[in-house]
Amino acid sequence: MMRREIPLFITSVVGFIFVIRFFIPHEPFYSLEDVSSSWIQVIQAFAIWLGILNLLKVSLDKIYKKERGWGYSGVIIFSFLAISIAGFFFPLWEERPAGYSYLQHAREFLKPGTSFDWFYWYVYSPLSSTMFATLAFFIASASFRAFRARSFQATLLLLSGFVVMFGSVPVGNVLFGWLPAGWQVSDIADWVRNVPQVAGQRAIQIGIALGIISTSLRLILGLERAHLGREE
Amino acid sequence: MPGMVSLTLAGFLTLGIMSFVYKDNPIYKFCESIFIGVSAGYYFVLIFYQSLLPQLTDKIGLTGALTDSALAYYRQSGSLASVQWFNLIAAVLGMMMLMRLLPKIGWISRWPLAFVIGSIAGLKLIGELQTNIMTQIQKSILPLWAPQYVDGSLSLAASIGQSLTNIVLVGGILTGVIYFFFSKEHKGVFGGAARVGIWFLMVTFGAAFGLTVMSRMSLLIARIDFLLRDWLHLLG
Repeated sequence: MMRREIPLFITSVVGFIFVIRFFIPHEPFYSLEDVSSSWIQVIQAFAIWLGILNLLKVSLDKIYKKERGWGYSGVIIFSFLAISIAGFFFPLWEERPAGYSYLQHAREFLKPGTSFDWFYWYVYSPLSSTMFATLAFFIASASFRAFRARSFQATLLLLSGFVVMFGSVPVGNVLFGWLPAGWQVSDIADWVRNVPQVAGQRAIQIGIALGIISTSLRLILGLERAHLGREE
Repeated sequence: MPGMVSLTLAGFLTLGIMSFVYKDNPIYKFCESIFIGVSAGYYFVLIFYQSLLPQLTDKIGLTGALTDSALAYYRQSGSLASVQWFNLIAAVLGMMMLMRLLPKIGWISRWPLAFVIGSIAGLKLIGELQTNIMTQIQKSILPLWAPQYVDGSLSLAASIGQSLTNIVLVGGILTGVIYFFFSKEHKGVFGGAARVGIWFLMVTFGAAFGLTVMSRMSLLIARIDFLLRDWLHLLG
């Protein structure tokens, strides 16, 4: 009961209250959204911490058992500790503005010049942007495989991708400069983005919204139980 | 020259990640591990200051930095009744979430999960209907003949152009939605409409793919620019 029925009851009651809130926009339902969004932020924060703590647990486990590549797990732990110490304890070694308490100073951890800011600009930012930048190479090889015009649908995919890519860079208009005015590749790219792409996106959005509505209804009615995991 | 040391570190990390393009290697793995650890730490700190402090400890008055609304209430009434003690429930729910780390009592984390899923399901049930269905349909009801006036007189060319655009837009949305309707077999006129819907979806995916490639390319150019200009000073 504690493991399945109570969570199901919580999901249904909370979900039902939020649906009622829409039809009865008065207290106490009215302020529920504020309270709930604040609580959700706290729970989400703990959920992200859970993920991070789990990463540390797995890494420590790997080091303890001396599994293959345990050294890299050590690097993970070390870098985690380094940026965390910089974020939480930088007021200990950096000059504190007059009249500021430790916490008031610590809250300014994102200000330029702090140790945490240094980590962001010289470690986190180069690593994350290069990681995403290298995807350009893999996208190029994937597009080589995907963009072969084997069928009419694949040709459409190829053409719209091609037009949007060439329409976004000056070289597109130089290569296709012979096209008449108003029909330049950048004009066609704008049209593709504003008309057929908008049509497709709206159809997808409507489809997704219908899916979300039906799943929400199933959750509130207790028909959908996947979020509770397997029966034990 | 601490600036140069920092730039050299950033340059080394950039090259380390880029080395994966050649093949998987220990330097890439080392940089990748730093990325994992630093990302985890970055969000660990960020969440503490930007979610937990304002939403939890500030609201229950623990940090002595009450929220603006609580302070305003305090100045008016002279009491601290507005300190929102009920937010402690959120802290308890959050702590229950962490129980997932302990296998024997991991099931406790289902309670806060049930709360989050229930609230989001309740909010989305109506919210999606309002924003993503009603608004999208409202925006899609367009005149199929859209007369355009230039200097007060009807411009046939502009009117035909706008009307064609509207027809493509409305037709694309209708056929796209038909494609997602699986309760009826895609045969005959319905099947034909669904096929046109796929064409629109293909154009959408192609354009999205093109934009993704371009955004990745600009990131790559920015990294190469950093290496050659900021770090090695090879570009002016």
